This record gives sequence, C-alpha cells and structure tokens, in this order.
Amino acid sequence: MTEHEHYEAVVVGAGPGGAAAAATLARYGIETLVLERGVEAGSKNVSGGLIYAEQSAPVTVDDLFPDFREEAAERPVTRYYLHNVAGDRVETFDLGRLHDHDTEWADAVLRRKMDSWLESQVHEMTSETGGGLLTGIRANGLLRGDDGEIRGVTTDELDPIEADVVIAADGVASELARDAGLMDWEDPGQWFQGVKAVVDMPAETINDRFALSEDEGAAHLFSGDLFSDVRGGGFLYTNRDSLSVGTVFHLDSLVAEEAEPHQLLDALLTHPLLAQWIGEDYREREYAAKLVPDSKKVALREPHAGRLLVVGDAAGQMQAQGPIIKGMNHAVTAGALAAEAYAQAKGRGKPDRAGRLYAKKLREEGVMDKLRPRGYDLVRTVGERDDVTEVVDSLLTSRLGRLGVRALGGNLERLYGSPRLAAIVPDTRTPYVTLPTVIAEELGTRVTETSRVEPPSLEERIGELTYDTDVGNPHIVLVDDSYEASGAAITACPVSAKGFGGGCYREELVRTNGHEERLVSLDTQPCVECGTCAVVADTEWHHPSGGKGVVFDEG
Amino acid sequence: MHTLVLTKGVPDFREGKVSFDENGHLERGKTPTVMNPNDAHALQAALQTRVRHDGRVSVMSMGPPGYKEVLQEAMASAYADDLYLVSDREMAAADTWATAITLSAAIEELGVPDLVFAGFKTADGETGHTGPQTCWCLDMPMITHAVALDVDEKAGRVRARRLVEGDIAEVETVETDLPAFVVVDPEFEPSYRTARDRLTLKQLRATARERAESYEDVLTVWDHADVNVDPDYIGLDGSPTIVSSVDPIPKPPAEREATMVDPANEAEMRAVLDAMRPFASDAAAAGGD
Ligand SMILES: Cc1cc2nc3c(=O)[nH]c(=O)nc-3n(C[C@H](O)[C@H](O)[C@H](O)COP(=O)(O)OP(=O)(O)OC[C@H]3O[C@@H](n4cnc5c(N)ncnc54)[C@H](O)[C@@H]3O)c2cc1C
Ligand code: SF4
Repeated sequence: MTEHEHYEAVVVGAGPGGAAAAATLARYGIETLVLERGVEAGSKNVSGGLIYAEQSAPVTVDDLFPDFREEAAERPVTRYYLHNVAGDRVETFDLGRLHDHDTEWADAVLRRKMDSWLESQVHEMTSETGGGLLTGIRANGLLRGDDGEIRGVTTDELDPIEADVVIAADGVASELARDAGLMDWEDPGQWFQGVKAVVDMPAETINDRFALSEDEGAAHLFSGDLFSDVRGGGFLYTNRDSLSVGTVFHLDSLVAEEAEPHQLLDALLTHPLLAQWIGEDYREREYAAKLVPDSKKVALREPHAGRLLVVGDAAGQMQAQGPIIKGMNHAVTAGALAAEAYAQAKGRGKPDRAGRLYAKKLREEGVMDKLRPRGYDLVRTVGERDDVTEVVDSLLTSRLGRLGVRALGGNLERLYGSPRLAAIVPDTRTPYVTLPTVIAEELGTRVTETSRVEPPSLEERIGELTYDTDVGNPHIVLVDDSYEASGAAITACPVSAKGFGGGCYREELVRTNGHEERLVSLDTQPCVECGTCAVVADTEWHHPSGGKGVVFDEG
Repeated sequence: MHTLVLTKGVPDFREGKVSFDENGHLERGKTPTVMNPNDAHALQAALQTRVRHDGRVSVMSMGPPGYKEVLQEAMASAYADDLYLVSDREMAAADTWATAITLSAAIEELGVPDLVFAGFKTADGETGHTGPQTCWCLDMPMITHAVALDVDEKAGRVRARRLVEGDIAEVETVETDLPAFVVVDPEFEPSYRTARDRLTLKQLRATARERAESYEDVLTVWDHADVNVDPDYIGLDGSPTIVSSVDPIPKPPAEREATMVDPANEAEMRAVLDAMRPFASDAAAAGGD
C-alpha cells in the first residue's frame, strides 16, 4: 500500500460520543486526530435534549469535562411531568420518580452551544498529544489495505489517513458503520424520527410561566391522541432563554400513517395545553430534525470490526426508556469505554483486541443491559404481536378497561414511574396512544385555555434555515424514483410534504403512452440531513462534503 | 523556504470612503488606505508555502508610512515573520516602472527568496505591470495567473496550474526552477491535503491577529539609500508614465487605456521594445549591485 499520513487514533465525529472518545484517548497520551464534517461541531446536530449523568454510568460527561454544566448546558431539569392527552382532556402525572431514578443530574442542552464548547476543549486536549480537531472534513469511507483489512479513513477533503484505531462516532446515519457492514438502513421499525422547534422566550418569561427560578428547569412529556394514531410522543424542555419543543415518532408508524412530521409538531405546539407556556408571542428560532436509533432493536452487541470501534448513535446506542430519551449520555460512556479499551489493549501489546475489550466493557459496565433490556425481547415476542395489541387495546377501551383505569387512579402514576417497566414497554399503539387516551378520558380534566400559536409554514421554516449548498453535487441520489420505492419520503421527510413544491421530495405525474405514472423527484437543497430517506426511500445516501449543507445555529 | 509577498496599499474605493478635492484629484490623505484586494491571494499562496514547507515569510511594500497598517494586515493573513516598507519622499508618485526598479533593488537587499508572490493588478492603478516588471528586473522565471501551486523543495521546482490568457475555461500546468516569481490570480485556491497541514494552518490562524499586533517589532523601513537606488531613477523623475488626467469616477476603479499588442506581430513588438529600451538599461544599472 502507498505511504499515507498516519495518526495513532482517528475519531470521526465531534458529537458527545466523539468528544468523549477523543478526550479519553488524549488522557492516555495517544496521538489523536478528530474529524468533524460541520463548519463547527454542533452545526449538524439535533437533540431534544436532556443530557443525563447516570449514577450507575462508569463515565459521565462532567467526569471528562469538569466545566461542562457551567459552560455548555442550559438549565438543570428539576421538574418532570407526563401529560396524557385526549382531545382537550388532560391527566398529568408527576414522573419525578422515574426521572430521578439513577440520575446524578440532568441538564437541558442546545447542541450548537454544547458541541462547539466540547470542540474547543477536545482540540486543546488532543493538540497536546500531537493531534487536534479539524472541522469541515467529511469521512467518506474506510481506508483498506490490499488484504481488505481496515487501515484508516478516506475523506472528501484530505488524502487518505492511516490509523492504528478508528473510532466512528459519526452519528445516526453512520457512513463508516455501513461501510464496515455493521449497520444497514433498511428497516424503518428500527428508528425514530425526532423533530424539534426552538422557541424564543426571555428567561424571566420562562421563570414566570413555568414557576421556576434561574437555575431550575422543567420537562413536560406528551402522549395520547394529539398525534392521531402515530406511535410516539412530544416533549417541551426549558433552556435558559428558549424552549425546545419537539416530537419523537417511530419511523415505521410515520410511514404507515403517511403523517407529515411538521404537522405533528404543529399539533403539539397549538394544543391548548401548551397555551399557558407558549403564550401568544410565538417566535420560532429554528426547525430541525434527525433520525434516532432504537437501541432495543439496533444496538450492536459487537460494535467493532478490525481496527474500527463504533460508538453512540452510529452503533445504535440510543435508549428510549419510556418517555425518557437517553442517547447523549450513552454516547459519552461508549466513547470513553472504546478509548479506554484501545489504550488498555495496546498497553498489553495486543491493540487488535481493542474491539472485543470494548464490547466486553459495554456488557460488564451494564451499558448493554440498558440498551437492550433483557425483559424487552420477551415482551416483544408476546406484546408486539398485532393480534395481542388488538385485544389489549379493545380491552382497555372497553367499559371494563376504563373501570380498571379508574380503579388504579393514582397508582397509575406510580406504575408510570417505574424505570423497569419504562425500559421494556412494548413498541405498540397501546402505551403511546390507547392507554394515555383512556387515562385522559377517564381521569383527566378539561383544559380551558385556547391556543393562539401560529407556527410558521414549512416554507417559512426552510427559509429561516442556513444552507451552504454544494451546487451541482447533491449528496443524496434517488436510485428508484417509482412511487412504490420512494414515495414514502414525500410525507416522512421533515422538509417535504404532499402538494408542497418547495421541499426535497415531490410527487410527479408523468404521462407515458397514454397512462399516467406516479414518480418521485428529489431536490436536496432544503435537506436537513436527518437520514429518514436513507431508510424509507431507495436512495444512495451520503452526507454532504465538509462544511456543506445545512447549518444549525441552535440544535 | 523563504517566500516574499509584494503588497500595496490602495485607497479604499468602497462607497463613501473616497475623497476628492475640488479639482477632482484623489485626496489620499483623507481616503483610508487598505490592502490591494488582489494581494490577499498572493498572501494565501505564501501562507500555503509556509504551512506546507515551513520556513519564513516576508512581506514588502513600497509607499508612504501609512502603508504600515497594510503590512500589519498582511502579516496577520500570511503569518509573516518580517515586514519591509520601502518609503522615501523621493519615491512619491513613482509609476509601476520606477516602483519595479525600487522593489527589485530592495529584494536584492533582502536576499533573493525562493519564491516571490505578487497579486494580480492593483485596485488603483490597475495596470498589472508592477509584478512582471519587478520580476524582469530580478531576472527570475515568472508564472502568471497562478490558481494552484505545488512546491517540490527537494528538487527545487515549483509547479503551478495557471489560467491561459487569464481565462477560467483554460487551465495549464507549468513548472520551473526556484527561485521563481509567481503572480497569483484572484481564482487562486490554496490546497491543504493533509491533516497535519490543516492543523498547522488552524494553529497559525488562531494566533495570527494577536501576533500581528506587535508588527512594529518586525518592521524594517528602508529609504532609497538603504536599497542603493539612485533617486534619479525613482519617484516622479524616474517615471516614464505621464498621466494626463484621471476621471473622478471611483467606481469602477480608475481605468487606463491599454494597447493590446500581438506578440506575434513583429512590427508592434519592436515598437514596444524600442519605447522601453532606454529605461531597461537604466534599470539594470539601478538594480545592479
Ligand atoms: C429530536 C431529538 C430529541 C432527542 N432527545 C434526546 C434527549 O433528550 N436526550 C438524549 O440523551 N438524547 C436525545 N436525542 C438523541 C441524541 O441526540 C443522540 O443520541 C446523540 O446525539 C448521539 O451522539 P453521537 O455522538 O453518537 O452522535 P451525534 O451527536 O449525531 O454526532 C455525530 C457527529 O459526527 C459528525 N459526522 C457525521 N458523519 C460524519 C462524517 N462522515 N465525517 C465527519 N463527521 C461526521 C456529525 O456532524 C456530528 O457532529 C434526541 C435526538 C433527537 C433527534
Ligand atoms: S431529504 Fe432525506 S435526509 Fe434530507 S431532510 Fe428529507 S428525509 Fe431527511
């Protein structure tokens, strides 16, 4: 093989997973190069987002970056509620207990601010051991030797780089994990889609409306019939001077219901329950979206291949614990464990054992049990059968079921607060829609406010986003433009919609030989790089080159 | 590797910045001076050489003491090590030819570097002559309209991609020995293909501004005596160009009539050479030792 530039370690991606991996490698004195495709770390990233520091976690973000909470976070979450919604009836549970379980602390974050702060820390740390962090560089594949073994990475912007270890922390649509054959993008049932609006609001107004002091914060979760039959839920988190309001839905459900993600977000934003918090002066700072893996289904048990160790969303390590979404914390833990595993394996003179040691650490530290809870597979085989769901749902909505819900009354709040149950709830309509709806109908009280919120149109939302378009070089190519193969993207794409000409995916009616054909066309200009159409359409999907594409200011 | 960038201050032609007296003459004193915009590309080329091959970057300018800030700006953008301002009342009103003689003498005083970079045309005079004329005085191989550069230090060669006739549609690759003189085109794209180069660049950029605050520590000001040129050959006295009048239209920047000469036309070329010959022999004398 030809001579290449060499670093001992290359980390791809500067989200929480990559930052933790790089910081840990640097602590071990290892020469580490970090490659991030965004113009700045965080400019490509979206989360809800509450970052948790779990008591049981071997490594938390403030272990690695002691000033994290002060410098990179918004508000700590001091209140935690779940609202069961049926029409204008709402039954609210205080889920403080579920939230506090195993929680050292949990802070709301905005990713541009958080990740760019991490970026500067990581650059400083890795510079000291002969490396550093580069932005605007997109890894486009794995560098392989003549024997086919992984040797490093290739990028759009630089000559190939060799490394003794490559840590892929490149997020949900990881091109490296796919290149290594560890992940495919086939089954919508394995993913969620998250959509979020950051809403401008002065700190005093937030304190006022949520009854908080400066250093307190609230988290509100929403489930029930406000999203029709789409399986998923909504959230509202308080930042310092903004709110994060968003939704997370099972992608297969979005596709099956042909639901428009931006309309589901609007259903939440305009629900009368939210009027008390959002008020009349709705100002949206940013609209964003991203796929989210469901660890219960995709977390890799052996997230490595040769010199490649995969961490965070790239390895499917994103845990939906009932309404609680834990991705960032696990990415941090996994990043640190992967780095540790490499350093220790190398110390023993067997660097090629790093991958297996990393997987072992994930198991022994209890991370794998959280990502893939033992009980879930059992629940799944019984509870996720369609016929079971039908029976359970009709039972719940029957007189008997309703009586049961009434009888349980306050105990329901306790059941909902059980972390063990939350970890294994079956992925069906029942916990997301049917049960919360029945709870609200039977126990709920009527909301009297009316909403005056007028969310921007999709066109306005796209118009507010910043793009550096790579003209003439689209990063996604439609392989099959038939409606059957790729039509699902027209609704599922968060910046496309049926009958909307300004989005990425559009329906085209083409007349050929007297009969009409339904085709799909794609314009990647408004793309927010969420990854959805990599799964639901027949595409050749890549990220744009370094620095190109959408630039999120909030995340 | 030693590179030198020739830069120049020009009046800030942006709206509302230019000042004319009642006779329609540019009031340089009242018009702020900024770096010739095209020189930014020459500085980028020097920065690329510095990052990829290490070594020293010098920046030189000829003009009034007010050009110091231009040099400071240049220092920040090319991470220059030392700055030279050739400044002398005798040199005021020099045309491109006199400037070239003076600059070439100053370059010899400095010690001829491996690479000299100049920007393509200045925003005020807009002749595009100073660079080539200086190069000629120095008797160096010259590459014009360079849009990409690659230096092979070991072989002592520089390879460039250049626009043929300044046309974006036509690009050719040329190569020559060092030392060489490169006129950098506005289409120039610096190229950094290794992570180490990018990290070096990032590190330089992070400190460049702050470092350039103490530019006076690395600034040398020379007058005509320092660079051994005869005042008769420089300044207005030594300038063969006579400007009859300049229209007070700041935007677009002043244009001078250019006569296009077909280099294949023997008669036209001879006429040009005849016109230049007397100055050429003087130049050799002025820049000689
Ligand atoms: C709406 C929504 C709400 C969420 N809510 C929460 C929450 O409340 N709490 C929580 O913990 N998690 C939440 N998540 C999930 C969380 O955001 C992710 O799990 C987490 O960001 C994963 O971290 P990571 O480091 O693995 O990947 P990312 O944060 O995605 O970082 C990957 C990085 O790699 C870069 N990159 C990608 N490809 C390349 C390439 N080829 N070359 C170079 N760089 C590349 C990206 O630009 C990015 O910076 C939410 C997600 C969404 C979408
Ligand atoms: S085009 Fe694909 S990746 Fe881009 S926003 Fe739409 S669904 Fe997401």
